[in-house]
Amino acid sequence: MKKIRIIPRLDIKGPNIVKGIHMEGLKVIGNPPEIARRYYDAGADELLYMDIVASLYGRGINVELVKSVAREIFIPLTVGGGIQSIHDINNVLHAGADKVAINTFAVGHPEMLQDAVRQFGSQCIVLSIEAKKSPAGTWEVYTDGGREHTGLDVVEWAKKGLSFGIGEILITSVDNDGTRKGYDNELIQALELISPVPVIACGGAGSMDSVKSVLQQNAIDGIAMATALHYADYSIHDLKKYLYDANFPIRI
Amino acid sequence: MRICIVDYGVGNLFSVEKAFQYFDAEVNVSEDADVIASHDALILPGVGSFQAGMDGLRIRGLIDVVQKHVAEEKPLLGICLGAQLLLTNGKEFGEHRGLDIIHGDVLHFPALADNRKTPHIGWNTIEPASQKDWKGTILDNLPDHPEMYFVHSYILQPNGNKAVLASTEYGGCTFPSVIRKGNVYGCQFHPEKSGKHGLQIIQNFLNIK
Repeated sequence: MKKIRIIPRLDIKGPNIVKGIHMEGLKVIGNPPEIARRYYDAGADELLYMDIVASLYGRGINVELVKSVAREIFIPLTVGGGIQSIHDINNVLHAGADKVAINTFAVGHPEMLQDAVRQFGSQCIVLSIEAKKSPAGTWEVYTDGGREHTGLDVVEWAKKGLSFGIGEILITSVDNDGTRKGYDNELIQALELISPVPVIACGGAGSMDSVKSVLQQNAIDGIAMATALHYADYSIHDLKKYLYDANFPIRI
Repeated sequence: MRICIVDYGVGNLFSVEKAFQYFDAEVNVSEDADVIASHDALILPGVGSFQAGMDGLRIRGLIDVVQKHVAEEKPLLGICLGAQLLLTNGKEFGEHRGLDIIHGDVLHFPALADNRKTPHIGWNTIEPASQKDWKGTILDNLPDHPEMYFVHSYILQPNGNKAVLASTEYGGCTFPSVIRKGNVYGCQFHPEKSGKHGLQIIQNFLNIK
């Protein structure tokens, strides 16, 4: 039976792992390879590496830093932030990534997703969506680390990405990011309902119970989380044991 | 044991290389027939289509080198596409001749139960198949139901069960996840991405006598 993936998310700024609330007020957490190694040792199923300022400053990703993280772990690695071309994807894959997550550039150039899928296969291309709830009760797509609004509806944008053959959706709730108040269940459900490819929920993981709750309510393939792990509310091992004991398919 | 990772132009080799370096193995990456032939053991990695894989070997003149290596009973580990190329035919976008080291075909997953999609991506368990016991194979010293990381749409179908060392179930389909003939092994999953159990396989391979 296929397992639900528990995926620590490393937000990278410069040489550091950072973390904020609603993607703002970033605090330094520590050294990327060191923390990647710690999460790998604790039983992470995959790592998510997101350079959260690369898009904002219009610069490329630091390939050497990606390599230094890839060297420490023997699990799949997804890398995102500032990916703008087939060339960028190639560089990141050669640095040890298995998948790339694309957000900002794809919003301006959706056809790029199709080119990337043709070149590298759908299993390699993750559509990363940053979502904020609008007063109308729907969600709007944001880019550049939750800073720029786009006017795009999250569900419509996801459908467009799916039509280009993307292999996975990473959905981050900017509203819940860093708050520990739990995942945005309605948002996750809205995407899970329309997506034939795996959906990874991100943004808001708090107590272990809050993680269990999003898995109970949605048939998703994995959850990504940062704050609760960075501040050692519990370990990945504790969380996996908790979910395993609650009869979820978890790799122990 | 001197290891050579065969670079035939499909996919990135960094992850495979660092997994062998983890055990301080002497590991080189090469696309040169003479260099490859000078090593004790070969790794055939690879991600992509069957045809692209065979074309990659052919244009570098590596088909004979790999077949000669195997004829001398030296160890070889095929990973993912590299495992599929060990079979006779690949039925992906037409029919393509493989290395024919282990007789059989490479086929697309059949229609799957429970709305399961291909590619099959993620962690899944491997179970004993043709022999109850993995002792003395690259699957030695693993716990029961070990989990490995898979990314594939096509499956290994060797003729008969004898070559099937481990199998895996996905969407109601049980397919071979490790095949073997003597010192030649093929893993459908990625041991270099499968955490400590994957590393155990790498270590076992390094200890083949």
